[in-house]
Amino acid sequence: MARRKIIAVGAGILAALGLLLGANVAARNSTPAASQETVVKVVVQRFVFTPTEIVLRTGQPTVLEFQSLDFTHGFNIPDLKIRADLPPGQIIRVHLTPLKPGVYDFLCDNFCGAGHEQMNGKIIVKN
Amino acid sequence: MIDRRSFMKLAALGGGAVFASGLIGRAQAAAGKAARLSGYSDFYFVQMSDSHWGYTGPDNPNAEITLKEAVATVNNLEIQPDFIIYTGDLTHTTDDPVERRQRLREFQEIVRPLKVRDIHFIPGEHDAGLDGGAAFKEIIGPTHYSFDHKGVHFIAIDNVSQPGSTIGDPQLAWLKADLSRQAKDQPIVVITHRPLFDLVPKWDWATRDGDKAIALLMPYTNVTVFYGHIHQENHHMTGHIAHHSAKSLIFPLPAPGSQDKREALPWDPTMPYKGLGFREVEAENKASEYKIAEYPVVRR
Ligand SMILES: [Cu+2]
Ligand SMILES: [Fe+2]
Repeated sequence: MARRKIIAVGAGILAALGLLLGANVAARNSTPAASQETVVKVVVQRFVFTPTEIVLRTGQPTVLEFQSLDFTHGFNIPDLKIRADLPPGQIIRVHLTPLKPGVYDFLCDNFCGAGHEQMNGKIIVKN
Repeated sequence: MIDRRSFMKLAALGGGAVFASGLIGRAQAAAGKAARLSGYSDFYFVQMSDSHWGYTGPDNPNAEITLKEAVATVNNLEIQPDFIIYTGDLTHTTDDPVERRQRLREFQEIVRPLKVRDIHFIPGEHDAGLDGGAAFKEIIGPTHYSFDHKGVHFIAIDNVSQPGSTIGDPQLAWLKADLSRQAKDQPIVVITHRPLFDLVPKWDWATRDGDKAIALLMPYTNVTVFYGHIHQENHHMTGHIAHHSAKSLIFPLPAPGSQDKREALPWDPTMPYKGLGFREVEAENKASEYKIAEYPVVRR
């Protein structure tokens, strides 16, 4: 996966998921946002991520903080091989640092009902 | 890849017949025509998929009758198939467990007039994704199993009822044990709902642990996969394993990755059922190959 050095690792310890592409996925209390990280809160419910478009800056360490309201949705950025389950009642943090501008599609990849196929969004990385 | 000459010959047999094996046998083209004219020394089956019973909306204003018409068309085939495989999304999803069971029962009533009584169903995530397959098992039957037919070993893999649309380790262990009883050159047909390979992951056209199933199948030299989910015909190779998706019986979806959003193709009132249909798969056992013929919902 080193072929795509698009997103680099943020701070964090959960290496198992982080190794591959440089994102860390950590549940509440395990890895809070570091002080220099930009925090983006994402509310998740059938069948929408809010915000649907997340704009990030290259080189800016970022943590996406997901809060699901109703179902264990999935968060998956296939092009970056980053994914996490988003159980309700927890804050799930995905740490990442975008390295390359571009548009990265993400989707809910846990079948969640009649609008599942439309439950997706984009991360837009700008310089 | 399919050698163009044999493809053309087979296509000439009529109705979009497609040579559809991972293996290219020698005598196939000649044998194909003879077999078709003289009846089969081997056998054929029909694949139906993705009827989404219970769907209502503009993508198919004829949703109430589409499946019924397809059933009548299958019943009118000159030679009836040995059996039918039904590769998931029998019904459209609903959050209501009572309604889910109602749709599965209505579906059952609609397919009951099929003359072929031997039908092998597997679920799609619309049938089984929200309740771990409970309603499906109750009304339709098991979600994974294997059977043999005239020398071909069929394996039905459930990649929809576990959370996250995975096959899961218990079923993978079952698959491994099932395969261990097969010779390496045994003709094997896998039926499943979602693609086992990464077709378009951003459209959820993948199976999270599908690569594990493919790895288990790889040592077998004669494996073909028939699946549904993507509501169109698609032919893809992973190594020597051929994967063929079927059309839907409700609405067609765009070509893989061809547009930003995975939205249904709009209904064309001048061409009802455009892009929908079912298929015949002819198994020529000795040559280890399959020929596919696509059929529309209604034959005119
Ligand atoms: Cu979802
Ligand atoms: Fe479907």
